[in-house]
Amino acid sequence: MDGRLFPFFPRPALPQPKVTDVIWYIGRRLLQMIPVFLGATLIVYLMAFVSSGDPIAAIAGDKPISPAVADKLRAQYNLDKPVLIQWLIYLGNLFQGDFGIGFNGRPIIDQIKAAFPVTFRLAIIAVVIESVFGVVAGVISGLKKGTLIDTTLLMVSLLVIAVPTFVIGFIAQFVLGVQLGVAPVNVGRDPSWQNLLVPGAVLGAVSFAYVLRLTRTSIAEVATADHVRTATAKGLSRGGVVSKHILRNSLIPVVTFIGADLGALMGGAIVTEGIFNISGIGSLLFRAIIDGESPMIVSVVTLLVIIFLVANLIVDLLYAVLDPRIRYAK
Amino acid sequence: MRSEPVTRSVRPAATHFVAPLDETPLQAVDAVDTTSAPRSMWAEAGRNLVRNPVFLISAALIVVILFVAAFPGLLTGQDPNYGDISKANQPPSSEHPFGTTRQGYDVLARVLYGTRTSVMVGFFTMILATLIGGVLGALAGYVGGVFDAILSRVTDIFFAIPLILGAIVIANRVESMNVPMVILVLGVFGWTNVARIMRGSVISVKNQDFVTASTALGANSVTNLVKHVVPNAIAPVIVTATVNLGVYIVAEATLSFLGVGLPASSVSWGGDISDARPALRTQPMMLFYPSMALAITVLSFIMLGDAVRDALDPKARKR
Amino acid sequence: MTTSTNTAAAPDAGSAAGNDPLLEISDLEITFGTTNGEVRAVRGASLSVYPGETVAIVGESGSGKSTTAMSIARLLPKNGSITGGSIRFGGRDITAVPTREILALRGSEIGLVPQDPMSNLNPMWKVGAQITEALAANGVARGAKARARSVELLEEAGLPDAARRANQYPHEFSGGMKQRALIAMGLAARPKLLIADEPTSALDVTVQQQILDHLDTLTEELGVAVLLITHDLGLAAERAQHLVVMYKGQIVESGPAIELLQNPQHPYTKRLIAAAPSLASRRLVSGSGTPAAEETDGASAVQRPTYSAPKLSGPKVPSLTVSTPTGPTPTDPSTQAEHAGPQFGYGEVSSDAVIQVQDLTKEFPIRGNVPWRTTPFTAVDKVSFEIARGTTTAIVGESGSGKSTVAQMVLKLLEPTSGRVLFEGKDVTTYKGKELKSLRRRVQPIFQNPYGTLDPMYSIYNTIEEPLRLHGIGDAKSREAKVRDLLDKVALPAEMMRRYPNELSGGQRQRIAIARALALDPEVVICDEAVSALDVLVQSQVLELLNDLQSELGLSYLFITHDLAVVRQIADRTLVMEKGKVVEQGTTDEVFHAPQQDYTKRLLAAIPGGSIPLAGSETIDVDAPDAAVEDEQVDGSPQDDGVIDPFSEAGHV
Repeated sequence: MDGRLFPFFPRPALPQPKVTDVIWYIGRRLLQMIPVFLGATLIVYLMAFVSSGDPIAAIAGDKPISPAVADKLRAQYNLDKPVLIQWLIYLGNLFQGDFGIGFNGRPIIDQIKAAFPVTFRLAIIAVVIESVFGVVAGVISGLKKGTLIDTTLLMVSLLVIAVPTFVIGFIAQFVLGVQLGVAPVNVGRDPSWQNLLVPGAVLGAVSFAYVLRLTRTSIAEVATADHVRTATAKGLSRGGVVSKHILRNSLIPVVTFIGADLGALMGGAIVTEGIFNISGIGSLLFRAIIDGESPMIVSVVTLLVIIFLVANLIVDLLYAVLDPRIRYAK
Repeated sequence: MRSEPVTRSVRPAATHFVAPLDETPLQAVDAVDTTSAPRSMWAEAGRNLVRNPVFLISAALIVVILFVAAFPGLLTGQDPNYGDISKANQPPSSEHPFGTTRQGYDVLARVLYGTRTSVMVGFFTMILATLIGGVLGALAGYVGGVFDAILSRVTDIFFAIPLILGAIVIANRVESMNVPMVILVLGVFGWTNVARIMRGSVISVKNQDFVTASTALGANSVTNLVKHVVPNAIAPVIVTATVNLGVYIVAEATLSFLGVGLPASSVSWGGDISDARPALRTQPMMLFYPSMALAITVLSFIMLGDAVRDALDPKARKR
Repeated sequence: MTTSTNTAAAPDAGSAAGNDPLLEISDLEITFGTTNGEVRAVRGASLSVYPGETVAIVGESGSGKSTTAMSIARLLPKNGSITGGSIRFGGRDITAVPTREILALRGSEIGLVPQDPMSNLNPMWKVGAQITEALAANGVARGAKARARSVELLEEAGLPDAARRANQYPHEFSGGMKQRALIAMGLAARPKLLIADEPTSALDVTVQQQILDHLDTLTEELGVAVLLITHDLGLAAERAQHLVVMYKGQIVESGPAIELLQNPQHPYTKRLIAAAPSLASRRLVSGSGTPAAEETDGASAVQRPTYSAPKLSGPKVPSLTVSTPTGPTPTDPSTQAEHAGPQFGYGEVSSDAVIQVQDLTKEFPIRGNVPWRTTPFTAVDKVSFEIARGTTTAIVGESGSGKSTVAQMVLKLLEPTSGRVLFEGKDVTTYKGKELKSLRRRVQPIFQNPYGTLDPMYSIYNTIEEPLRLHGIGDAKSREAKVRDLLDKVALPAEMMRRYPNELSGGQRQRIAIARALALDPEVVICDEAVSALDVLVQSQVLELLNDLQSELGLSYLFITHDLAVVRQIADRTLVMEKGKVVEQGTTDEVFHAPQQDYTKRLLAAIPGGSIPLAGSETIDVDAPDAAVEDEQVDGSPQDDGVIDPFSEAGHV
């Protein structure tokens, strides 16, 4: 039956994905990433520099500075050239691993290198917590849709979304840190995984709620799919149907959400790191914003954008691996 | 094949059963049902909404919130911007039902007047972001081709810069932050999910037969977009926009909390929460009231979004 | 299975003694809880299936046929439950046994072949694994043994190259292949009863036939009883020994297949038989002015074709009251395009071709593995034909034949790669802007999907008024009068116009779509599978409506369909398309009675129920693709009472 609607594109039988297809698929994704990368860095660059006050004054602080020194500094930071040129120079340097020198005299790359592992650890903890709790709660909720436990979990997820992260952070810090003393109030430098547990949970809280809701919707949808009924009719037990036919199919969108979230969480760490006084990327960025340290802002945000894009790329590839229907050559 | 002998049997008697006619009266083929009142899809959705307790609760809350935002002065005689340091850190009293802050501000007045700020930021950011995202998404989806590819990349660019990060960078650069500026900043970085949803929705609608039929009737593409595609594609955008409203309120509070949002002179829940932090040990209620107000407001809009989604769910719709 | 097996299944008192039914359903009640209250989907249904027998449940959508079948293995959706009656399987009452015991029956005792092959295989797992799983779940085989067995089963289900195929994912399978895999799955654990729920309704006719033949052979060999659920009476009669007819949740009639078809008792069965397109074999004739053509329910079921005049109003064009023009009898179908067009039996009708299609070709670029490697795919290859004014030309073909693409090009919704479309002799291929808009007034489409064809945001009034408004015709008042008139033409009450599409049934929506298409008084209407999605009764109603409108308004139709039975009812000329090419064209009569091409013969042979003799109807008996075509036997005269037979006009028989 010719059930297809307009427009009608007849397709011959699908070709088997070959290795070249996979390579091209990755290549295409990378190609699409280039304009996004350039555009995002340009916007960050423009935002940080245009309409900013005089960055030289920011370096100098309260001390007066001679015009000659100011000019020299301008040249050093390429501030005497048009913004677009500055941006291109900056990108060029970036690719050579040169992020420039921070206002405190230390190379920006070194400062980031020191802060990055902390934030990365924090994000990993957040992702693990949100996935484990979010998926488990979401599966229960989705399979028992309409029951009391579903409603309860749904209300919890709504509350977590509605209460801002910083409030959750304060409460967690106050109750667990100050009152019960089971977690450190301030994490400080070089924190252990254990010390990052509570901040990680706070960071992942909102995502946990999203994972729960996404899993729930997805599970409930797949559970009513035709192929699930067919699997039941084959004689599979309920457990077999759930584990083999409902879970895998419904978790694909969840997995992709979680993957992309890893990139987003790094950016979201600014609030959490502020509350728990963690010296990670977020603190670095926040301090730079307060000080008006544009090169640092651009560097950190650019780095976060790159991480975000890479995370999304990995998710795309993961998707293709998980779902055999994804055609490489599309 | 199975080795055991095939069992086969024959129906004992060829019974020819006929149901009595009066049991199943025969209706005319494809009879027209004239009993129900005419209802558009939106009217149908409205009826579903009214029957949904989640909608009723969230709608009632939103009415209250809007009332407070419009007339905060009716509920308190105190000036939220008048801090009497001699009356700092007072416990709840008849004069100050929620007590006072460290600076001697009346907490109730701060919470009530803060509603206005949050609702205004949330509402106008939602309008701005939905306009930007809706228009770009609809055009990308409808025109397609290279145009779509370009607009989609532009969307990706803004999507790659997280809302809070982008807003922080801009907000830090703007000398005098005020409510319109916060709206602009959040709007510029908050439209991408609307654009993506609108684009997807438009693509699925534009290939439907009724659009093709309209083309065949002589409608041009602009007419089709405005009269058929957008009205049918808008439902998921409305849901997203409603939920987004809550997200923008949280974002504004976060900016104020970080100190790059509204200045201390304006009343904002985020700022108040931030201010209440040092006194968390002694006066936890200072944190509690604005947080609670914020949470209830955001929750109302998210619940409203959920209820609207359920009401518009095509699967639940009568076919 | 053909007629002969049906006779074999006739009651035999001797062997019947001591036989117990495999499945016995009595007084079954099934209720669904919905937001609008309880819906009693099945009421007091009783039926039985004996070992090795094929029983078919026939009914329209919503009749409760699938619900009844699904309740046997307790596969109802969550909101549905059995509220009364009993189901006995193998002599045991299984209505209320614990789920554990039902689980033991599923797969090993009761197999299922579901309806839609596209959605019933898990897209994440290889096909072989899904069958292996069925074997393991029922304790038939495990591990490597199960894998080997699953390949055997796929082979048994008629899947070529089964070993390789078992290692593929469902999306690499065609619809027919998926259905074969599902059959292999349903029979994997050798159940005693196989529930086949519309197993082939999503497939092309020729594929449908192959698969049903295969299923028949297989179940025959294995002695599996089959409960076949179908909307197609012809198919049911051809495949089953015993028929059960359901209507609005109740069984209205059941009995031996042949007896039921030839001697229906219940008015609904009579009506169904009268409307079944697969059993129809006559061009519908518009009966205004023909006295004998009046139908009361069932009373004239055997007088086929029947015609019931909808209450039509509006001016009648006398010269067109009976416009059943018939073509000449050309000898070589391939030269048809060059012919000036069919001649007409009625002088008033001009013999010009309203649309001429010349060498129409459409190529789509198919993207290869890398973007710079595209291969052109010729969807439509040098198609030429004409539509004579006031007649119906049908393009018939299976999915992928390019028939819909032709329709889109004629509608100017798609640019042809080469070739021309002429409207009243003028080349319209390059029309743009104003010219195109005025052409659109004269050529209108009706699409397949009744649920997609109307804008859900528009009231019926706005829907029908839209074309008038677009072309700036009339003022508000005259437009409303026109809408009323159009609703009347499609036999819908005028109060309908304040309603919205979501309140209407599929058939009613399709009638609204017809009214909208007619609003601009077009000359040509292009029906792209316009009745394919409708239930048989509604389908025949819409076909009759289209036919009446043609005779009333002198419309010319281009009818795109996959359903040869529909072509038979409506078309004067028929084109058969295969893989983008017109393989055969001629008058409908010629194509049906003297097909020249193997492909056409195959299509004809695949019409379900075409070979079942029915009082008052003609059979199409084309056995095999390469078999000699037998001369059709036209049954006597009962259908000729007053109805003008286009075939006799053609002088062909």
